[in-house]
Amino acid sequence: MAEKRSGLVAAGLAVSLVVITLSTVYFFLQKTWWFPEPISTFAETVDEQFVRTLIITGIVFFLAQLGLGWVVFRYRDRGARAHYSHGNTMMEILWTTATAVMFIGLGIAAERAWASLHFQGAAPGALQVEITGKQFAWNFRYAGPDGVFGRTDPSLINDAGGNPVGLDRGDAAAQDDIVTPTMAVPVNREVEVILRATDVTHSFFVRELRFKQDLVPGMLIRLHFRAEKEGTFEVVCAELCGLGHHRMRTTLQVLSAEEYEAWLREQAEYQ
Amino acid sequence: MAEAHAVVHEAPTGFIRKYIFSLDHKVIGIQYILLALAAVFVGMFLSLLMRLHLVWPNAKLPFFDVMTPEQYLALMTMHGTIMVFFVLTTAPQSGFGNYFLPIQIGAADMAFPTLNMLSFWFTFLAFVVMLAAFFVTGGAPISGWTGYPPLSALGQIAGPGLGWGQSLWIISIAIFCGASLMGALNFITTTLDLRTKGMSLMRMPLTCWAWFVTAILALLGFAVLLAAGILLLLDRHAGTSFFIPGGLVVTDQLIPHKGGSPLLWQHLFWFFGHPEVYIAILPGMGLTSHVLSTFARKPIFGYRAMVYAIFAIALLGLSVWGHHMFISGMSPYSAFAFSLLTMSIGVPSAIKTFNWIGTLWGGQIRFTAAMLFAIGFVSLFVSGGVTGLFLAQPAIDLPLHDTYFVVGHFHMVMGVAAIFGIFAAMYYWFPKMFGRQMSEFLGKLHFWPTFIGVYAIFMPMHFIGLSGHPRRYPDTTAVQFLGALDDVHYFMTIAAFVTIGAQFIFVGNFFWSLWKGKKADINPWEATTLEWTVPSPPPHDNFHGHYPTVYRGPYEYSVPGAEKDFIPQNAPDGAGTGAGAH
Amino acid sequence: MAGRAATEELELIEVGGAGGADRGDGGWGPDEGGAPAPPQRVYLTGIWLALASILMFFTALVSAYVVRQGISTDWAPFPLPGILWGNTLVLLASSVTLERARRLMGRGDEDAFRRWWLGTTVLGLLFLVGQVVAWGQLASAGVYLASNPSSSFFYVLTTAHGLHLLGGIAALLYIGFRKELQRASVATATTAAAAYWHFLGGLWVLLFGLLNLRG
Repeated sequence: MAEKRSGLVAAGLAVSLVVITLSTVYFFLQKTWWFPEPISTFAETVDEQFVRTLIITGIVFFLAQLGLGWVVFRYRDRGARAHYSHGNTMMEILWTTATAVMFIGLGIAAERAWASLHFQGAAPGALQVEITGKQFAWNFRYAGPDGVFGRTDPSLINDAGGNPVGLDRGDAAAQDDIVTPTMAVPVNREVEVILRATDVTHSFFVRELRFKQDLVPGMLIRLHFRAEKEGTFEVVCAELCGLGHHRMRTTLQVLSAEEYEAWLREQAEYQ
Repeated sequence: MAEAHAVVHEAPTGFIRKYIFSLDHKVIGIQYILLALAAVFVGMFLSLLMRLHLVWPNAKLPFFDVMTPEQYLALMTMHGTIMVFFVLTTAPQSGFGNYFLPIQIGAADMAFPTLNMLSFWFTFLAFVVMLAAFFVTGGAPISGWTGYPPLSALGQIAGPGLGWGQSLWIISIAIFCGASLMGALNFITTTLDLRTKGMSLMRMPLTCWAWFVTAILALLGFAVLLAAGILLLLDRHAGTSFFIPGGLVVTDQLIPHKGGSPLLWQHLFWFFGHPEVYIAILPGMGLTSHVLSTFARKPIFGYRAMVYAIFAIALLGLSVWGHHMFISGMSPYSAFAFSLLTMSIGVPSAIKTFNWIGTLWGGQIRFTAAMLFAIGFVSLFVSGGVTGLFLAQPAIDLPLHDTYFVVGHFHMVMGVAAIFGIFAAMYYWFPKMFGRQMSEFLGKLHFWPTFIGVYAIFMPMHFIGLSGHPRRYPDTTAVQFLGALDDVHYFMTIAAFVTIGAQFIFVGNFFWSLWKGKKADINPWEATTLEWTVPSPPPHDNFHGHYPTVYRGPYEYSVPGAEKDFIPQNAPDGAGTGAGAH
Repeated sequence: MAGRAATEELELIEVGGAGGADRGDGGWGPDEGGAPAPPQRVYLTGIWLALASILMFFTALVSAYVVRQGISTDWAPFPLPGILWGNTLVLLASSVTLERARRLMGRGDEDAFRRWWLGTTVLGLLFLVGQVVAWGQLASAGVYLASNPSSSFFYVLTTAHGLHLLGGIAALLYIGFRKELQRASVATATTAAAAYWHFLGGLWVLLFGLLNLRG
């Protein structure tokens, strides 16, 4: 009787583990919920590394869960003595080595993508966009025809008065600066972003670029990307910044060169 | 010189000395467990409110009218803080560890009983102060359990709850740090100095190893958190600028601080914070090894490797804090170093997993409730652990950082695997602690919906994280791409309801069994370690003055030629009789 | 009695011993109606662990100091009050007097032990008074906690050290004035207190050196 019950429980465990494993693997393979389509080479590199990792961890996950399910069922109590053993050193060495090689190998393989983003600066001739995060809005600044960003000062920041980034309009270089609440960049052009925050830490996240970076008060952080597909993409905040964190959202438009110029001209009129 | 052989710590009389200000590690252990039980229900209630708000944002919820975003963020902050500190750092270590470490090593009590009592009451005080944050003007803080400045440092001006609520939060944690340091000191000293004759380090049960190493992590980590908390309090109240940079403008007001570094807080916090998550899981790992061996009737597979793995996890755990900061603006070169170290932690973790499966292989598995939860622990640890491999790579962390993928990952390992460790411990040791059996039937009934339920709640989080769903969002209406994920939120909320409901089976079983449970034998599980050689519950000094001598390792099950399929640690050589007390 | 005292001395030297494997009762005495007193070595293990933790605490503060100075454009060093040198000498002297006291205790001269022990306490108090004087001097020069990151760290480090020393003084007084201690033997208690006291002296030298070198 006890044997039958333990058989049921064991079977139940094994079946649950099989169901959990197969359904999880199914959803990953089907990509039911997945990253959006990548719009840059960098994003594709990230995705490749993700898939590499998914395959390796997927195999580990699959074997471990099903292995657990199998031993639990196969070795349920059937009234005999268990096999007395303190382990198997050779097996230990084997699976430790295999795991180490796999995991550290993965870690090293991941370096390329990270290096391309962080270990080198923007290509020369990149378009510069300054991104300012504040509670609870994004502001983008373009240097204008003179290609020089004008002076800003925190004491000049005045949301109500239409100066969210504290631009010093008295500064010559600032005269042609363009400050906008949405971002636009030309397609296939390297963009260097200069990230800053004026109150608390925020984080600039565009899914399709696989791009995310914290904006830290007191720091000026430079990064770069190159969007290779046109479209409109959402920008969200990815670092808790207060009660409006969830609505700190804007758009990034990737436009053809002409459309971008047109957009910039239009924005200049609102300054 | 007069020596101090005065007998102290006599068996107490009177209700206060026996149950309130007791010096007995067993009473203190139960006090900690009850505190954790209260905390976990507060924490679960908070998360339930959060999940309700996410799917019915306009509903009027208990204690709230319609929940505002800042109220959601306060719930989120307090949920995380209460669960991490007052449940996961408390029950497995201070609760069960306090009760069973001395007995498992053959000691009469912890090395410092008075310090032990103080560490519980300071923990209790910390909990009271934490709860007080809900009731002050402005309410509880909204900056997350991680409390990043400048948000946490600027005060009320940066948002609700960031006034007195945030300060009380810091003070509570500072008190908790002090209490934990006291406890860690006790655990380490006890393990090093109070082992009974024959109980060499390599004959200790793996639970003792886990508690020992956890205490070392706590001793080092909480000291750093305390320092960070003091500096944060000074920034908030004394005008210093450790973490607050200059030139900040909040609601059009210029903030007078200068030159501090928000990253400095992150380094200090995570230097504590990462070991903290190992503090939360290591006792559960030790317990799982212990329970799997007991109910598979087999020695643990690779005892030595298990010990080394615990140390490797702890040592590596102290060196990987930067993996929380890949996106933070920290040097990308150090990010790479942190990444490799983090991937390496996968190795000892894998060793432990393979060894657990190896322990079950060839066994004669008895499916008690404790065993079910231990098996569940292995499955959940695998699931939670493998997603760590994604997050450990900075390039992959880019799209996943601060999304629900991370929330799913840490809930799987901490919020579920560690909790399963606590359940397994409870079902396993209840008979010893209270002299009565819990209902095995109700224990199994509790297991199934919980096991399926936690997968149903937390597995989907990984998927919506892949889709880019940021975390700490009180509502999803402002972002278009989140609309497609509403169905998943519904599913997770229903699963949460069902799973939380199932926990009442446990609570009912627990309290009912305290009074009405079948009387327990001295060794109902036919186990080998020293706690099963003393009465249930044990006498005041654990061993009635007859401290055991240990002759063998802790997991001698199914020894060929032995009369029974287990040999207690204190059975003399050649005995193999499996008798309880010598 | 003398024989047992000798055994006690031996126990004190044994650090992190064999866990009682060499004693049939695991280091515990027989049950006399309750849990017996723990072996003396636990107090020494305990104090070393406490020192490890305190070291971690100060390491966190010092690394914050180094980082903050490194990233800072607003760091303004200020002249340290000269009295700090005197305080340093006083604290180092107190370590010497403490060791003299312990040596006298080992020779059985209780009265001399108490004199030198309390002398150490007085020197410790003198150090703390000197620190407060230094703070007062800085305050009159307009250098407060929030004036500048350099002064912030100065006040935080000296206050943290001072508070720990105050705890040490309380321990010294407790040991010095009690005729009999509850659980620890006087030999163990003085050893533990000595470790703590010397640690704080050494720590002060390091902190003071840091403040002088880095400004």
